[in-house]
Amino acid sequence: MPYRLLKFGLSSEYPESRMFPEPGPLRDSYDVVIIGGGGHGLGAAYYLAKEHGITNVAVLEKGYLGRGGTGRNTAIVRSNYLTPQGAEFYQASVDLFQGLSRELDLNLFYSERGHFTMAHSQASLRTQRWRAEVNKQLGIDSELVTPAEIKQMVPEIDLQCGGDQPPIHGALYHPPGAIARHDAVAWGYARGAGQRGVEIHQQTAVTGIEVRDGAVCGVHTDKGFVKTQKVLSAVAGWTTSITEMVGLRTPLVIHPLQALVTEPLKPWLNHIVVSASLHLYVSQSSRGELVAGASLDPYELISMRSSLDFAEGTAGHLIDLFPMLGDIKVLRQWAGLCDMTPDFSPIMGTTPIEGFYLDAGWGTWGFKATPISGLTMAHTVATGQDHALIQPFNVSRFLDFKLVGEKGAASVGH
Amino acid sequence: MKIIHCPINGPRPLQEFYFGGQFRPLADPAGESMSDSDWADYVFNRDGAPGVQKEWWYHTPSGTWFIAERDIVSDSFVRTYLFEGSEEGNHA
Repeated sequence: MPYRLLKFGLSSEYPESRMFPEPGPLRDSYDVVIIGGGGHGLGAAYYLAKEHGITNVAVLEKGYLGRGGTGRNTAIVRSNYLTPQGAEFYQASVDLFQGLSRELDLNLFYSERGHFTMAHSQASLRTQRWRAEVNKQLGIDSELVTPAEIKQMVPEIDLQCGGDQPPIHGALYHPPGAIARHDAVAWGYARGAGQRGVEIHQQTAVTGIEVRDGAVCGVHTDKGFVKTQKVLSAVAGWTTSITEMVGLRTPLVIHPLQALVTEPLKPWLNHIVVSASLHLYVSQSSRGELVAGASLDPYELISMRSSLDFAEGTAGHLIDLFPMLGDIKVLRQWAGLCDMTPDFSPIMGTTPIEGFYLDAGWGTWGFKATPISGLTMAHTVATGQDHALIQPFNVSRFLDFKLVGEKGAASVGH
Repeated sequence: MKIIHCPINGPRPLQEFYFGGQFRPLADPAGESMSDSDWADYVFNRDGAPGVQKEWWYHTPSGTWFIAERDIVSDSFVRTYLFEGSEEGNHA
């Protein structure tokens, strides 16, 4: 136990200030209401206050901060995407992440590990080469590596995958691939926003959105009605409930995605290892636990239950790649909700409803986009115009048949 | 293990089934009367909101496609039945 905690615990007046101020009751009106107290919503609140001087902002969170995707992902940050639009966007996010601990004055345990995407077939290897070349063209550090090079960097790996699975033919290697402490990202943004006057209301659920003549005029919550002309929905897996309130149709469907951690081990896995064929990604956290995620659950479900099927499948594939893990125990498992789009790109920006802004479609790729989503959505909300980086991701792309097919997204088989 | 009731084969384990997506009848299959925006809405948009939805499911070993009404929050199947293909079914 840290000595500070002991000292504070025995002190009659707790001497440490709160991470963010506890708000009073909801006010009658706000300039901006942000629905969702995850990394994206809090990031947008932070940049609205810092970059645009808009501080009369309420963040409404129905549970606690980081309860959704923010605290349930496998904390991987990378930019080796396939489409130029996606790669440019995620690279801007990696750039922000690299300086974010300093910016937020909070140690996010941002740790560059190097990210492998294993190819188990010639077809997959071809896609990885395609991604590497697109990445290089865009100035993103990305390279195809041979099985021998993989074995040199990750000596524990079984390139034959236990013999039951197709062997590893090579991999896409992305040296800047990193992991971070995902809760701290939400907390850091919350503190920064709170210091600048943003109110953060936890345990406050949105029950309706008032739209008149095609424009937002207020939000109903379980703690009363607040007037506002700008609402940002940043609720990822719960987006379909919010869009239903304003009558906006989107392609979003919700699937759970499950993950687990093992008991802590001494540090041995320096890299992030991903295999689309085995539906597995794994890294070792700074606490020593192996963090492993799978692919989406195979059917629509808006529930964060976890399943034995997942634990069996993921444990089996972990052993396929790393046979030495046979005796290692699983510590816990959980599920997060993924709001999937048909092209694996997010839905961001303005909508046909004036004053209603959407930050959604975060599927399996939301955490790594946290800083850049916050920054670009803050710009969009402040100016009423989509930020240049997110123009390709507007919800209108489905009406215009201008999809952004992102096959570099996580847990997407290709 | 989750059990799904196949209309032909009775209760079978989830692993034998494949989820075929939301049941989305097309009012005008020829598309003659559909505008581009109607068509885009049909191709891409989904309901997706919490509640009971009608879905296609497939029982793989027997090759049976059928309709299920399922609560997508509680994951409970309300009922399952074969698609009738009737005019009424098409517009349900």
